[in-house]
Amino acid sequence: MADLHFLANPARFRRFSQRVLPALSLATVLAFAVGLWLALLQSPPDYQQGETVRIMFVHVPSAWLSMAGYALLAALGAALLVWRHPLAAVMARAAAPVGACFALICLLTGSLWGRPMWGTYWVWDARLTSMLLLFFLYLGHIALSRAYDDPERGDRAAAILALIGVINLPIIKFSVDWWNTLHQPASIMRLDAPAIHPAILLPLLWMAGAFLLLFVLLVLVRTETEIDRRRIEIADLRASEEASERAA
Amino acid sequence: MSSYGVFILTAYLCVFVVLGGLVIASLGARSRVRRELAARGLDRPRHDRTRQEQARGAAR
Repeated sequence: MADLHFLANPARFRRFSQRVLPALSLATVLAFAVGLWLALLQSPPDYQQGETVRIMFVHVPSAWLSMAGYALLAALGAALLVWRHPLAAVMARAAAPVGACFALICLLTGSLWGRPMWGTYWVWDARLTSMLLLFFLYLGHIALSRAYDDPERGDRAAAILALIGVINLPIIKFSVDWWNTLHQPASIMRLDAPAIHPAILLPLLWMAGAFLLLFVLLVLVRTETEIDRRRIEIADLRASEEASERAA
Repeated sequence: MSSYGVFILTAYLCVFVVLGGLVIASLGARSRVRRELAARGLDRPRHDRTRQEQARGAAR
């Protein structure tokens, strides 16, 4: 926790991310290279779904990260509204488009997996609809944070939306248990052991790790950019104030 | 790959396009902002800039 407080200062965060980014970039590239090799070439076809199971290696990690990204937005929203954490609004602005992209990937790849397995690209069942709602919540967060002239008001409105929308996360997770859906029930995050053979589970977990590294990398880069953008805005504001003082 | 190859390759292509686009957009925005910072002389630590401004003031 002490380390997180250390990073609450935007300048310190910037120095930290600049130190971490080169190693993180290299680790992400290597993780994706190995992950794609495992997913496309090494893993065996599924006994029921055949080769289409390879779509799972990108579909499931993007679903996990879109949900984790929204949980992060909610936590940052709480940090902004309750503690007025200086970095929370900046990081939320940086993380929302990344989470939205992962939600979009989940929807697109799910649709492409659904066509050969279910015979349709889309059905309005509970899991798919709640996932689509998550994507719209991300879009709402992005739009709200940029909707006001005063960025602080936009950040607070987006934080409230993030906290309200977090109710959708358990709905997504348990939708396959609460309602009759075409989507299969949980096969990894279960109370008993995962229902997937290790030969398929390993590439899936490896790809999830690669996606996680990319998520962290993108959030760090975008947070750093947002901090710098705010520094430019402040410098412009100071310059215009000094100019108006001189004119007066 | 089987007859489903087109679905598998399209899915991976979607991932590549969306994530590749996001990476390019993020790095592009970063380099634009860095150029603007450099143009305003804000790319160095604050104590460096203060020292430089003081030196400039003394020279005047």
